[in-house]
Amino acid sequence: MKPLRLIPRKTNFRFVGLRRLFYALSIAAMIASAGLFGVRGLNLGIDFLGGIMIEAQTAGPADLGAMRAVLGGLGLGEVTLQNFGAPDDVLIRVARQPGGEKEQQVAVAKVKRALAAMGAGDISYRRVESVGPKVSAELVEAGLTAVVAAVFLMLLYIWFRFEWQFSIGAVVALLHDVGLTMGMFALTQFEFNLASIAAILTIVGYSINDTVVVYDRVRENLRKYKTMPMADLADLSLNETLSRTVMTSATTLLALFALYFFGGEVIQGFVFAMMFGVVVGTYSSVFIAVALLLELKPTRRGGAKAEVEEPPGS
Amino acid sequence: MLHFSRLKINMILGLCLFGILFAAPNLLDEELAADLPGWLPHKQISLGLDLQGGSHLLLEVGVETVVRERLNSLVDETRAALRGARIGYSGLGTSGERVIVTLRDPAADLETARGLLRAVDRNLLVSADDDGSIELALSEPAMAEMRTAAVTQSLEIVRRRIDETGTREPTIQRQGSERILVQLPGIDDPERIKSILGQTAKMTFQLIDENTTVGDALLGRLPAGSEILESADRVDANGRPIQEVVRKRIMVSGEHLIDAQPTFQDNQPVVAFSFDPVGARKFGAVTSKNIGKRFAIVLDNKVISAPVIRSAITGGRGIISGNFTVSSATDLALLLRAGALPAPLTILEERSVGPDLGADSIRAGKIAAVLGLTFVLVFMGVCYGLFGLAANIALVMNVVLLAGALSALQATLTLPGIAGIVLTIGMAVDANVLVFERIREEMAAGRTPFSAVDAGYQRALITIIDSNVTTFIAAILLFGLGSGPVKGFGVTLAIGILTSLFTSVMVTRLIVVTWLRRTRPRSLPL
Repeated sequence: MKPLRLIPRKTNFRFVGLRRLFYALSIAAMIASAGLFGVRGLNLGIDFLGGIMIEAQTAGPADLGAMRAVLGGLGLGEVTLQNFGAPDDVLIRVARQPGGEKEQQVAVAKVKRALAAMGAGDISYRRVESVGPKVSAELVEAGLTAVVAAVFLMLLYIWFRFEWQFSIGAVVALLHDVGLTMGMFALTQFEFNLASIAAILTIVGYSINDTVVVYDRVRENLRKYKTMPMADLADLSLNETLSRTVMTSATTLLALFALYFFGGEVIQGFVFAMMFGVVVGTYSSVFIAVALLLELKPTRRGGAKAEVEEPPGS
Repeated sequence: MLHFSRLKINMILGLCLFGILFAAPNLLDEELAADLPGWLPHKQISLGLDLQGGSHLLLEVGVETVVRERLNSLVDETRAALRGARIGYSGLGTSGERVIVTLRDPAADLETARGLLRAVDRNLLVSADDDGSIELALSEPAMAEMRTAAVTQSLEIVRRRIDETGTREPTIQRQGSERILVQLPGIDDPERIKSILGQTAKMTFQLIDENTTVGDALLGRLPAGSEILESADRVDANGRPIQEVVRKRIMVSGEHLIDAQPTFQDNQPVVAFSFDPVGARKFGAVTSKNIGKRFAIVLDNKVISAPVIRSAITGGRGIISGNFTVSSATDLALLLRAGALPAPLTILEERSVGPDLGADSIRAGKIAAVLGLTFVLVFMGVCYGLFGLAANIALVMNVVLLAGALSALQATLTLPGIAGIVLTIGMAVDANVLVFERIREEMAAGRTPFSAVDAGYQRALITIIDSNVTTFIAAILLFGLGSGPVKGFGVTLAIGILTSLFTSVMVTRLIVVTWLRRTRPRSLPL
């Protein structure tokens, strides 16, 4: 059996020649993300806002209207209900109760009592989560710190392993990926919770991983072809690594597809964010990260050595 | 890169064998795995609460209450010390975390007072001003010790209370300086546990003040040394709790209880208790002097019962009868047996998952993992042929090693953790993809099969390391996020990176090199 090649043996795409087009595309997407973020905001989950989330299973198809009327009448502020994966599965969210930690617990008990009175004990609780103001504030801090620390550490590592131009390029591509992912969350209004932060951290790791592979090849070619114009060298490096870039994105996406369709409702949002990140991360490594090197102009090491090896004028 | 010493081959095979041995118990039934001979690994992967169902409660110990109580008792001690020496003072009270008092005649009393107050507690910092104002503060180490002691003691009491409820395999651990994390597998409706942990359960036996009535006391004629307390469950005609005037002096406190059991008296649920010898002696002395009078059994500042003393109770045993149901009598007995909390607990966070959802998640996770693995295996086989087969053997080995590592380290597997495994499956082949693509390039550059494979592994290695370090950094940062499911994602991702580095670099290379040496092909099927 002859192995199948997704990408022809030798490609010669002019990636960086079109870089202004991709810059424009990315800047437009970033502005759209920022706009969405500003206008619609994120649909923050209870991890960050505090409050209560209850997933209940009713004996038959749930009567959302009746449940909404009963729970809405408890005086607990905003209560939202929706089906979750199945008609007998209801997700109830109650806004954070004013006051402290005790008030959240009181509200959980109230909701449970009201549901028990309605459903005559036919309700089973699949999930009950309640987060008080202290913990939610801490989780916001932990989430932000983790993402900022991740970006900063990547910057340092790339700087340490490459040169500063590479680390700036990689981090710009990284911020691009994180920015667009946030924009996606604002657009779709998927719940943004602790798992979303985990997805973003994974995207950060994946995106940098992808960028590093291409940068590694640029660095190698910089040593190999000391006089090749930077644009040609960038294109050469991208074409040489294209097959790998596509293959790895494909296997990762295949695995994530399996999770998205079969992994259950609870992690669907989390997996979707990662799939989005893999696509955006691959795009930015190929079209943005390497092109940025043309603007940042890494020093071509060994220039002096090259003169010794090659006669002047050759 | 093509040479493998015998030692290295043995180490690689040995490590794989270890992985298989450690992962194997997961294929067995729980009981069967536990029955394996001792020299075999028998630990199974421990499932997080989101997979096995259960309750996660994060509690905070209200240490400030302990500090406040200590300050209040310092005020009492200061008053006693100054009164005892007939020193005039004013403005005795607390301010922040200190006790303040002003002497009326600083010139005469300042030094005496300072000496007296220093003697109250050796951890006391006494600062006196010439104008007669004195500030008392506990030293920092003493405060810190008090807080630590409160948390340590709370931890112990929480453990005792939960053990008494018969919960299977609870995890109760300290988190940070003032928090306690309670994990209760198999408990999906933790209301009873929450109510049991929500009570301080300070019990005291105090005499009722029979020299006054509640009406008089409410009008402001409350005798010094007495207080008004509400009944826990009895209400008057207007639905308001009945009140009692109770002497502050404590006859016997709950610390002296050594046992409490729910039982029945006249078909009513009651709690039978017994005191230790000291408690029994005190209780006997007070009851024999106060026959015919009433005393109050007070729990967390509420009167649960106020019986008349009919005869001296010298045996150290008694019965609390109140408005109990069988379950409330059982819970009260449990609280009394386990002892009082030094400070109230607050629930900061609750996450409970029912057993159904957990089982659904495991099923969905298994299907997704098997399908994800199959997709990637087929894809690699199609794209890289024989080399893909080598990568696939390594990939399966990687999953086995990951399962083995999770079992051996007893790391908790959560639903996002399963996602981490599936993601690892997708990303683990990256190293092989890098190598294979490199080998293709080297072949295209005209190298012989041996030299192309050698160069492929050698040149791809740097890239593989660089790209894995960055993903590893991200995985490590995930540990810092919360304590539950998301942390599990970081765990599997981090371990997955390590095992995949080993399998994709070592295992596939061993397979490919062995194949090369056996067949000595003229060209590579890549």
